[in-house]
Order: sequence, then structure tokens, then C-alpha cells
Amino acid sequence: MSGYGVVLFYTTSAAMRAEKVTKKAGLDVKLVPTPRQLSSDCGIALRFNREEGDDVRSVLAKARVAHDGLHKI
Amino acid sequence: MDNAATSWPKPPGVIEAMAAFLERAGGNPGRSGHRLSVAAARVVYEAREAVAELFNVPDPLRVIFTHNATHALNLAIRGLLKRGDRVVATSVEHNSVMRPLRALEKKGVEVAVAPCGRDASLNPAAMKKAVTPGTKLVVVNHASNVTGTLLPVAEVATIAHEAGALILVDAAQTAGCVPLDAQKAGVDLLAFTGHKALLGPNGTGGLVIGADVDVGEIEPLVAGGTGSSSESEEQPEALPDKFEAGTVNAVGLAGLHAGIRFVTERGVEAIRARGVALTRRLTEGLADIRGVKLYGPMDPERRTAAASITVEGLHVSDVGLRLDDGFNILARVGLHCAPAAHRTMGTFPEGTVRLAPGVFTTAPDVEKAVAAMKEIASA
Repeated sequence: MSGYGVVLFYTTSAAMRAEKVTKKAGLDVKLVPTPRQLSSDCGIALRFNREEGDDVRSVLAKARVAHDGLHKI
Repeated sequence: MDNAATSWPKPPGVIEAMAAFLERAGGNPGRSGHRLSVAAARVVYEAREAVAELFNVPDPLRVIFTHNATHALNLAIRGLLKRGDRVVATSVEHNSVMRPLRALEKKGVEVAVAPCGRDASLNPAAMKKAVTPGTKLVVVNHASNVTGTLLPVAEVATIAHEAGALILVDAAQTAGCVPLDAQKAGVDLLAFTGHKALLGPNGTGGLVIGADVDVGEIEPLVAGGTGSSSESEEQPEALPDKFEAGTVNAVGLAGLHAGIRFVTERGVEAIRARGVALTRRLTEGLADIRGVKLYGPMDPERRTAAASITVEGLHVSDVGLRLDDGFNILARVGLHCAPAAHRTMGTFPEGTVRLAPGVFTTAPDVEKAVAAMKEIASA
């Protein structure tokens, strides 16, 4: 697996929290505008390297950050 | 000496943080994906996390930013209570609690008041008696804004929970100067202001919602844009957006965060210890003056750094004016937006003179205030 994925969120605050906890866990992430093909929303998403997808998922679960799934881009 | 109304001066870091925000992070938080918007959202998020850490709550997303404590109290009170519900407050609450409660009373909410003593202290037994089964909400000041008297929040929380009620704490007077662990004390809803002992600017405050509170039960005061779920015309349920429609006061929150940082670097415990020492000098000095009557408990451990007094033969307004004109000491006189508290203390409708040292007040400042009061009382 290579390339990027994004995590979508219900609120910007959740995206902020997700960025903080994943960066703290040493994961390579970046906040980006939500890709239009994934959402009609005007918010931001957390981009990650797909090889770290499982880590992103578990870090977010551990920190109890609610999200709208991990998506391929 | 008016720090219970608002703190002044502010730490230089607060002013710098606000200027830096306007210079460098001027996007709309959470509305766009570009870097200025993200920078602004990050500033707001950092402030949220600082508040969560301050009150020891695990989830920063349950920190809802509001314009002030009044707005936060209204959100909790009006959002939660419906016709037929029962709510209990104390007899020393501020009008930011009593006015929304009285307004709801006209709409069929039952309002009961647990009586406090003349020193504004609350006997938990009086609260226990007032909180009957079926009560939905108990509202209590962490400290009276008139006398500074601390109320037993953790005991009230236990009483509320035993009756199946939630507890809402008004921490306007204590956030930043008296330690409060919301989790440990069992506080479900905590309203705070940013511009008092947290040393932030006006226009900041919030409601901290405990992990066990079902937010589905709380109606938002305001609906509107959140930057999330924009495809829907319904207000989203996700926190904090459900209760934060409209652009938040991000520049103010940048300042609030700097204020909280200042407070936590000094340590709330250390600020409290210093406040107790100053209050001891102040209350003991004032109580010694002939003709001066001091309200609230004598023990400074049982109050915040605030002292309410009256002077025999003088109107409180005259005392305030003499302090200001003759001694350059600024105090707040009158009813302090808390007629219920003054009725409880027996000082309604005249009110009191309130002297409230802050984090930058020194022992010589307090001595000067005591000397000034001595001169005014003997004139």
C-alpha cells in the first residue's frame, strides 16, 4: 500500500485533536482541505500515509476522537 | 481592587498573543481548509485543550466556548430545563443564574432555592432538603461574587446525583484562583469566564460538559453555521459545534489561552495560597476598623480573595467615591448583580463595598486599602 488517505471528521475541533494525538504518536500527518470527491463539506481532513493507516486508526480510537472514517484518495 | 469584576492588568503574554493572532492567524477557524483558517482553528483548539487540562476533564471537545459565564449558564439552564422540570439553586446566586431561572419559572419550570447562612455559606443539609427526587438540575456558585464565600461543590454534586439530578457549577469567581477538579468533584456542567482570574480578555468564557452528560438533552441557544455538516440545514449534534454556531471569538481565545498559561505556570494552588495570605491581611485589617462591618466567613480559607464591607453612617456609594478620589483605589459598590445574595446577607437594598485583590495585587496594596478604609471610617 502506498499513497495517501484522509480521515474525515464531524467537527474542525475533532480534526485538531486528531492532528495533535497522531503527531504526538510520531505519525506523518497533515491537515488538508477535505477532498471534494469525499464530502460536500467545507471542513478540513487529516491526510496520512496509507502504510500508517492502522496506526492512525488505533491512535484515534485510543484518544476517543470521533471520526467519519479513513478514506483512500 | 476590583478583580472580582474583571482582572486588570493582564499579563503581557495575553496582549502579545492577541496581537500575534491578528497579525498572523487571521482566518476563520474551521471554515476553510487554507492555512490561515487552519492556523486560527489550531489557536482555538489549543485554548480548548488548556481549559480541559485546567479543570481536569478528559475530552477537550466537551469544552464549549461562549461569550462569557452568563452565556454559558444560560446555555446550560435554558438548554436543559423544560416545562414541568424542577431546578434548585442557592440563595446566593448571581443574576446570571437567577434571571434565566425566573424567566423559565414563568414558562412552567419549578424553581426552588436552598437557603444559605448570612455569611453566604451553604449547609449541605439545607441543600439536601431542597433537592427532592425528580429534581433535574442543581445550580451552585463555586464562590459567592459578593462575599467570596466558597460553597461545598463536591458535597452538592453528591446530593444532586443521589436525587438523579445534574449539577451546574458557576465558577466565574474561582476559575484560575481556586483549584477545581471537575471530574473529582463530580461536576456535570461547569460555567467559567475568561476575563477574571483566568486573565483573558472580555468576550471569552465557556461551558465544560462532563463525560456522563447526555448532550442530546441540551438544546443549543443559537443555531447556525459551524463549518461542519454544511450539506444539512439542521444543527449538527457533534461537539463542540452543536453549541458553537457562528464564528467564535478566536482572537479572544488566543488571549485566554495565554492567560491560562500564565495561571498554570504560576500554579492555581500557588495563586490560591497567595490569595489566602492577602485576604487574611485584608479581612483582619478591615474587621479591626471601628464602624466597618465585614461580611462572609472570617477564615480566608473559606473564601476567595474578596471582602465585602459596609461602613456605619456612610452610603456604600460615598465610600466607593472616597476610595477612588482620595486614594486611587477602585472598588465595586452596590448589589453586584446579586440581589439574592444581598438579601441573604441582610444588606439589601443598600449593598456593600467589595474589595477584591487579584494576582498582581501586593501586600502593600492591601495595607494601603486597609489604611484608606480606616481614614474613611473615622472621618
